[in-house]
Amino acid sequence: MAEQIIFYILAIVIVVFSILAVSSKLVIRSATYLLFVLIATAGLYLLLNYHYLFAVQIGVYAGGIMVLFIMAIFLTHKPGDTMKQRMSWKVKSSAALAVSGLLISGYIIIKNVVKVAGYLKGDEMSMQDLGHSMMGTQKYQYLLPFEVISVLLLACIVGAILIARKETGNDPKENVKDK
Amino acid sequence: MGDILVNTVQIPVPMIAYLIVSLIMLFAGVYGFLTRKNLIMILIAVELILNAVDINFAVFNRYLFPAQTEGLFFAFFTIAIAACETAVAIAIIINVYRRFGNAEVDNIHNMKE
Repeated sequence: MAEQIIFYILAIVIVVFSILAVSSKLVIRSATYLLFVLIATAGLYLLLNYHYLFAVQIGVYAGGIMVLFIMAIFLTHKPGDTMKQRMSWKVKSSAALAVSGLLISGYIIIKNVVKVAGYLKGDEMSMQDLGHSMMGTQKYQYLLPFEVISVLLLACIVGAILIARKETGNDPKENVKDK
Repeated sequence: MGDILVNTVQIPVPMIAYLIVSLIMLFAGVYGFLTRKNLIMILIAVELILNAVDINFAVFNRYLFPAQTEGLFFAFFTIAIAACETAVAIAIIINVYRRFGNAEVDNIHNMKE
């Protein structure tokens, strides 16, 4: 009973705030609405009994990515700037595209998904199992993707620093002038 | 009407409810991606799309194959890759702002002057 009510509250929060996040005029408000959507999504994971995924969602998305967004907004926008809109026919045509995609996919889902109402309410996955399947090398264990993700993160750190640093003294034009 | 409401809160949440929520989130993201000119707004829309996909992974895993963990781990790796992608994209946006004075897409006609 309580679980269903919580789910429907979270669903309404997600729907309302994700639509507000893409239609707001101020970019900082959009980021705040996105934060609400991410936290409500973490609540859905908690309802599905995926506690570790809940923690990852809160820590990485609602923590790390939102801080990045807010810092980027502070660095690139003056306070109170409203955003320019595209031409109205473009807004209308993309709204039509999104709504028609929504209707088609919703029709397919309602037609084809068997209504799996009562699922096996599994317990929370034990931390030991999760660690074993994250760190094992056998079938259905994920050590190799985990390591590949770590290499990808390293490449991202290097790339982000390389892109965002100030180009002083390294500019080829300045070097030519010096010589 | 009252019967429907009582039934809705009595039965366990069906899988289709989760799918509809993530569907609406995904197409809100598509709409924002197509209509916005600001680079940060486009990035926010992409985050919405990725988040909707994560919900779908977790829900399919829980409802259809509750004894296995593939969907859970796909959701983890998607979150990690989304974090990488956001960091690099924000570095690019700050660089664009430094070069062009604002972060709008229609100013960037060519990548290198």
